[in-house]
Amino acid sequence: MTEPALSVTNLTTHFFTRAGVVKAVDGVSFDLAKGEIMGLVGESGSGKTVTGFSLLGLVDAPGRIVSGSVKLNGTELTTLSDKQLRSRRGREISMIFQDPIATLNPMLTIGQQMRLAIDAHEALSARAAEARAAELLTQVGIPSAKARLRAYPHEFSGGMRQRVAIAIALLHRPSVIVADEPTTALDVSIQAQILYQMRDLAAETGTAMVWISHDLAVVSSLATKLAVMYAGRIVEQGPTATLLRDPRHPYTAGLIASLPAMATPGMPLTQIPGTTPSLLSLPPGCPFAPRCDRVIDACGTEPQMTLVQNRGQNSGQNRGWRCFHPVGQPDEALA
Amino acid sequence: MSAFVTIDNVSRLFGPNLTTGEKIASRLGAKVETRSVRAVSDVTLSVRKGETLGLVGESGCGKSTLGRVIAGILPPTTGTVTLDGKPVMLNGAKVTTRVQTVFQDPFASLDPRMKVGDTVSEGPIAHGLTTKPEARAYVAGWFERVGLDPVWVDRYPHQFSGGQRQRIAIARALAMQPDVLICDEPVASLDVSIQAQIINLFLELTRDLDLTSVFISHDLSVVQHVSDRVAVMYLGRIVELGPVAQVFGNPAHPYTAALFGSVPKLVLDADELVRFDTIEGEVPSPLSPPSGCYYHPRCPLATQVCSATQPVTQPVSDLRAVACHHFERQMEQGPARSPGAG
Repeated sequence: MTEPALSVTNLTTHFFTRAGVVKAVDGVSFDLAKGEIMGLVGESGSGKTVTGFSLLGLVDAPGRIVSGSVKLNGTELTTLSDKQLRSRRGREISMIFQDPIATLNPMLTIGQQMRLAIDAHEALSARAAEARAAELLTQVGIPSAKARLRAYPHEFSGGMRQRVAIAIALLHRPSVIVADEPTTALDVSIQAQILYQMRDLAAETGTAMVWISHDLAVVSSLATKLAVMYAGRIVEQGPTATLLRDPRHPYTAGLIASLPAMATPGMPLTQIPGTTPSLLSLPPGCPFAPRCDRVIDACGTEPQMTLVQNRGQNSGQNRGWRCFHPVGQPDEALA
Repeated sequence: MSAFVTIDNVSRLFGPNLTTGEKIASRLGAKVETRSVRAVSDVTLSVRKGETLGLVGESGCGKSTLGRVIAGILPPTTGTVTLDGKPVMLNGAKVTTRVQTVFQDPFASLDPRMKVGDTVSEGPIAHGLTTKPEARAYVAGWFERVGLDPVWVDRYPHQFSGGQRQRIAIARALAMQPDVLICDEPVASLDVSIQAQIINLFLELTRDLDLTSVFISHDLSVVQHVSDRVAVMYLGRIVELGPVAQVFGNPAHPYTAALFGSVPKLVLDADELVRFDTIEGEVPSPLSPPSGCYYHPRCPLATQVCSATQPVTQPVSDLRAVACHHFERQMEQGPARSPGAG
């Protein structure tokens, strides 16, 4: 098997606040192959964004990566100095943020900003840099790219701004892109265009992506595998279709069942009772136990990830869950 | 069933408030922005007693503005809104308490410095629905009704989660004992698992209290779930109207079909990734909308007539209406895929 583009093992990021230690990310592990798109799904406060920031070493004080490893093409990132990290950010791994208004500098033209991003890692002539920038803008679907280089961010619509942000992320053909809810602020028709293009781009360029989202439907139409986060942990992971059709963790099952599309119009939706727990005062054991209708005595201790090999269509692919009494009938052989 | 809320030829314009100097400068030929945006353009619509009307469209289509005009928050520039035959607004002021609103963001819609119990009782006391001494018990009753613990009336908004705040906002609206509830994206800012709780509460309350409601959302699957009829808006105009199952089942307007096709579906049955249909281009600026049918630059069915003439709203069947020159061609294409059906 070839080496994964990104390999995350036991990543743990804590925030040391005055009120106590917030375990925002607690033992997250996954692998991402070249060109693969993984959806990282969870509700607000589940730690999905902090996971994304941790991958690029962007966690600010009082937060800190406490333990675990992030390997990008075999290089350990968590032990690098700031300078070494900076030389990789934007070149080997880059990030797309939710809000394109906040990520683009309103005082610089699109061309100037793209030039800065190019100059950070490569010495190109002005002409070559402009050609590269225009090529990327065209690739993400911005018409008359050359002329648009001279425009300022406010002259673009929300969807176009996000395309610019994507183009900047793609400038150095990074092997991994972390995308944090990049289409959440956009209208559905624009979101569909961007999802469609990102899928093609990943296939074309071999860029692997971590796509962070709260929307199961969005990631299901984009990602080949999914990881569901709850209270800082990945509670279930596996190939997209398998996981959605046949969820094992009660939280995943509850999330899917609560979608309006899963119910008869006008009838009550299946709901998960309660609210997400505060990461400051997590109960011992399984963090989902207080909301779970399948809770048993064993749930007082924290379940570990049960990994199994899929049979049939996705044979060879791992799936796993952290639960003592998973939903459904496990038909896979334990690995 | 007869109309309960009648929206008659309503338009709402937003324009620059020009100073006298600017007006003179404009007369003399200086470049001053004098154009206005027609956020809502000639909308005629009725909502029947007890029904939930869904209002869908992309951002900037005027759905929230229309909601605010119906709620009596914004006066219409032209046209009238009546409730049970009586006007909602007179001379720019709201003259009824029978329409109440639940807003999108429960973090912005509750006064952070007021106890939530006072927030809920303020309106009912002012309008004589309860008295100051009885207000506490009155509010407690509504708290229970929306699934909140009545002992929380003395707390402040920051002590509640998003879902709980939205319940408080619903209690505030219901405490005015309205007949009509306008819900402007009430679940858009909530987490998925909380969304279901609030949608269930909405369904239960509208049924038990016999409420008539307008449910505004960009999320088609939510609208499909809660609405009886749906109105689809594009650049201030209603392009299609009808029973929700029929409109989403077999759209008559190409925009409805395209909007529906753009919604990412939950892939449950296929191990392949779905290819969703995308709408070409973007919503044009409402400052300078295209000629004729506003949708024609993006429409796959557009012909010459579409850029020349604005289509009139015409009936598709007894219950449905559409504003499109080519709705018959659209309907021949058959059902759009519904969100979630895969």
